[in-house]
Formats: sequence, C-alpha cells, structure tokens
Amino acid sequence: MHIMEGFLPVEHALGWALASAPFVAAGIVSIRRTIRARPELRMLLGVAAAFTFVLSALKLPSVTGSCSHPTGTGLGAILFGPAAMAPIGAVVLLFQALLLAHGGLTTLGANLFSMAIVGPFAAAGVFRLTKGLGAPFALSIFLAASLADLATYVVTSLQLAWAFPDPVGGMAASFAKFAGIFAVTQVPLAISEGLLTVLIFNALARFNPQELRELRVTGQAESQA
Amino acid sequence: MKHRQNLLLLIAVILLVALPLWLVPKPAADAEGKTADLFTGADDKARDLIGTIDPHYQPWFAPLLEPASNEISSLLFALQAALGAGFIGYYLGVSVTREKAARTAAANAKAETPSGAKRVSAAAAPADEVPIADARATGEPAARAD
Repeated sequence: MHIMEGFLPVEHALGWALASAPFVAAGIVSIRRTIRARPELRMLLGVAAAFTFVLSALKLPSVTGSCSHPTGTGLGAILFGPAAMAPIGAVVLLFQALLLAHGGLTTLGANLFSMAIVGPFAAAGVFRLTKGLGAPFALSIFLAASLADLATYVVTSLQLAWAFPDPVGGMAASFAKFAGIFAVTQVPLAISEGLLTVLIFNALARFNPQELRELRVTGQAESQA
Repeated sequence: MKHRQNLLLLIAVILLVALPLWLVPKPAADAEGKTADLFTGADDKARDLIGTIDPHYQPWFAPLLEPASNEISSLLFALQAALGAGFIGYYLGVSVTREKAARTAAANAKAETPSGAKRVSAAAAPADEVPIADARATGEPAARAD
C-alpha cells in the first residue's frame, strides 16, 4: 500500500501531508491524555504499536500472484481510539521510508492518510456499529480489523487514481486498475489480519480484562468469557 | 473452548498465507523462455502501472537510503517484525504471570481471612513480588556458604 518515494506529483504529496498533519497532532494529544490519566496503559499502547510493526513487516503472498502486507492498525484503533494510531503509524512509516526505501518521505502524507487515518477510523466505526447491532465480540473485532485493512488499500488506489487518471477512461478506469492490484490482492490478507486481531484480543481478554474494561472495549460479560 | 478457537484461527491464517503459493498458476513462459516473476510486491506493480498510464512521469525524489541488497532489506524487515513480536511476547508473558500471581494471592487470602478476598484486586501488584523476595531470602545464606 506504500506509494513509492517520488511517485506522487508535488501538489498531491503536499496536499496529503497537509491533510494528515492535524490528525497526527490530534493523535499525540489523545495519546498524552490517555497516558496521563492511566499511566499503566503505556505498555498496552506499546503492544498496539508493536502489532502494527509486526504486521506491516510481513509481506504475504496473495491469490493475485503478488505480495502485500497487512497494516495492523485495527487493534490500536479499537483499544485507544482511531486518533492514537496516526502518530503510531507515522513512526512505522518513517522507519520503513528512511531505512527500507519502502514508501517515502514525499509520499508519507498520503501513506499516513490511508494506513494511519482512514484505516483506524474505519476500524473504530465498524467496531462500534457491529457491537451496537449486537454482533458477538469476536465478530466485531474481525470485521473491524479486516475492513480497516481493506479500506486502507482502497484509499491508496483512490490516491493513485486521482494522481494518475487514465488518459482514456479517466479517474474511474484508473481506480479500477489500481484497485485490481491493491484491493483484490488485499482481500485474503485482510481476512488474515482480522483473524490475527481476534487472536490477540482473545489473549488480552483472558489476561488483561482490567485494561480492556478501563478502555471500555469490553463490558463486564465479554471480559469474563 | 477458547484454546480450540485460537488454534483454528492460527490454522486459518497459515492456510490463507500458504494456499496462494499452490493455487496461483505459474505464468506461461514467453517467446524467450523467460517467465514473469511471481509474488512480487504489489507496490512495484503499482509503480509499473503508473509507467503505463503516464509514461512521461518522472519520480521527483529518490529515497535517501536504499537497502544495499535484497538480503539487507530482508534483514531490516525481519528486524522490524522481531522487535514488534518480541514486545508483544514480553507483554503477554508479564500479563500471564501477573494473572497467575493474582490468582494465587486470591486463593491464599481466601484461605487466611474470609474478608481478604475483597482486597485481592488492589493487592495483586505487590503480591507478585512476594515469591521473588522469598527466593532471595532463602538464596542468600546459600551464597554466603560458598
């Protein structure tokens, strides 16, 4: 999902950077507030960041014959709210842009927007919606994490389609092409990410029910299951 | 039951990752007998697509540092995953131990005073240090004997 260094026209690169900056700032404020109120949650915040670190390093094969990676942003978005994931995503993306030439500094804003902003907000939204509809806890987590993953790649396809509209078919045709690469490849990976997020939530619900209750992720019933 | 669910989840993830390796047909060889690469990065495919949509586009910025080879880049990716997995493993390990200590403390408190059970959640954190202090106390004379 990483748009490569230099592969967005200057005005797009700048625009996405400006769009992402306030989210990162708001995220830092949100994280500070959480940590100040409950310093014991610092470690769990580290887990959310670590999960993104692991999952975004794993390039997995997909049915389309190409490889891509999950994002791991769903976990943190459900635990700490979507805003908290913007600075965490920024750390991961910077690491990859600076050391791995994966993504880039000029495309950081765009990549942040898809992976660390739209994805987490999708996760939090889907989680709240499905829980509100009375879906089982595990199903809500699964849907939130996998749809967040997929949303990230749809946004990347849109960003590229906007920057590089097809000379004949325009933006729509271009979007279909980029989505064919990114979004379709991502479907099985998004399912994997959803399953892995359920797995880690099972562990947290078993061993850290207190933290989950404090973060209001679970009610009394789920954390005792 | 939760254990079985976790196991099934893991198996499903492994299948999802492994099956494409079998299911995706190898691309047919072209006229020169070369086959296209399979399982390359989607990011590279997107770059190639940009090239076909707008052949005149020139990237205007290059990465400051590029891994010197595929090996170096896989080293860094492995490092990234290892750091993350290590931290998650540490946290879960701590949580498991803490939960176990809290449960032992709860059992002890219940055995000693009937009213003690109420204080358990507050006492959980200091309680898990007790066994360590015990071990140190018993270990000290042995060290001196050497």
